[in-house]
Amino acid sequence: MPENDTTPAIQFQGVVKRFGDNVVLDGLDFTVAQGDRVTLIGPSGSGKTTILRLLMTLEEANDGLIYIDGDPYTHEMRGDKRVAIPDKRRSLVRRRVGMVFQQFNLFPNMTVLENIIEAPIHVLGKSKAEAIAIAEELLDKVGLSDKRDERPNKLSGGQQQRVAIARALAMEPEILLLDEVTSALDPELVADVLGVLRNIAETTDITMLIVTHEMQFAREVSNRVLMFDKGKIIEEADPETIFTSPAHERTQEFLRAIL
Amino acid sequence: MDTEFWSWEHAIAVLPELLRGLQITILATVVGMVIASILGLVVAIVRRSRMRVVTFPVGFLVEFIRSTPLLVQLVFANLLFTQFPSLAIGCVVLGVHYATYMSEVYRAGIDAVPKGQWEASIALDLPRSRTWRAVVLPQAIRNTLPGLGNYAISMFKETPFLAFIYVVEMYAAAQAYGGSNFRYMEAITMVGLLFLLVSYPTSLLVRRLENRLA
Repeated sequence: MPENDTTPAIQFQGVVKRFGDNVVLDGLDFTVAQGDRVTLIGPSGSGKTTILRLLMTLEEANDGLIYIDGDPYTHEMRGDKRVAIPDKRRSLVRRRVGMVFQQFNLFPNMTVLENIIEAPIHVLGKSKAEAIAIAEELLDKVGLSDKRDERPNKLSGGQQQRVAIARALAMEPEILLLDEVTSALDPELVADVLGVLRNIAETTDITMLIVTHEMQFAREVSNRVLMFDKGKIIEEADPETIFTSPAHERTQEFLRAIL
Repeated sequence: MDTEFWSWEHAIAVLPELLRGLQITILATVVGMVIASILGLVVAIVRRSRMRVVTFPVGFLVEFIRSTPLLVQLVFANLLFTQFPSLAIGCVVLGVHYATYMSEVYRAGIDAVPKGQWEASIALDLPRSRTWRAVVLPQAIRNTLPGLGNYAISMFKETPFLAFIYVVEMYAAAQAYGGSNFRYMEAITMVGLLFLLVSYPTSLLVRRLENRLA
């Protein structure tokens, strides 16, 4: 499908996700426009992280369809039957989606630089020289040029997370998923990571989907906030509105509890 | 000081033959371990696949090999493959036998690689084969090195079974010397000492490796 300004970057259509008897997402519909910065908030277990994991194909939806730039991602309709798309085809869409994890998940057997150039070389088919040039630029951007030949275990949590951000960006994603990226960090290291992300938000047009408990960050970076409760969106507004005058009672409760 | 049971003269006279035997013992251990570590890895990866057509027969074979004695396998293979030299059969049987144990060590090593490593690989869209080769196995194999060392030592100590298929390793050499000189005590004692001389330092090395990786 041709990409144009009105094609949403992400579209969920009636997405259902169950873990056993526990229905985490119950027919979820929502869209994210190109270049949007959307923060998902809500109590734990409300399905926010599941949305990111579905978008990364780390989980598989039980029903419904997910589109990236208008392209069916994991399943498509053939007639009125929902069929799984084989991994080879999913992979072409997945390539446009990057993710940064709560636990960083850097490869401990590789140096910082090797972590960043691994996928550009082996997935995008870039030459080693080209991949290194991009990696060095990104390391400079996240302020860790001097760490390029270190192993991740020699780095602080905040530094590891910044490397993980650089690694995700090296794939030149159109969509970046941020899953509680500061939750595993000591408080004094959070600011550096948020600073890097703010800089990315300001200097690129990457669509961002953010799950976070850092409301200040959500407020600064995102242009839209979705409040989740029990697998459904119960409120949706710009950050200013939702943080100062939330309409829904559950949102008020939630914000009171965490702010 | 010689007694009825012990003669230093015989203890020294048997040594050259034992050392020749030791070479065969070490050769069998090294070749056996190479086979065991490669085949064990293949078995571990195959058993993780989701294709029942492959996992079922391989699982059955592994259980079968583990549930029958090494000695029986050696003699059986030697009767079956008469066209091959006994030493080659011995190395292969040792290797296959230990591969079934090594595969468990690899499995544990692979399971110990955090789930986040697989997820990060998916998020980067790394192909499955590349994920195995560049991310999972380098971490898993590191975890298996002490296990590999321990099995090498136990294989080394089981090589006397090769005597039953007429491979003249150390134990067979001692038996031969004992048989022709009617002095078994010295020959067998020296065999024990030589085994100790090789295994003990090796086990210390493995322990140091364990500590360094811990």
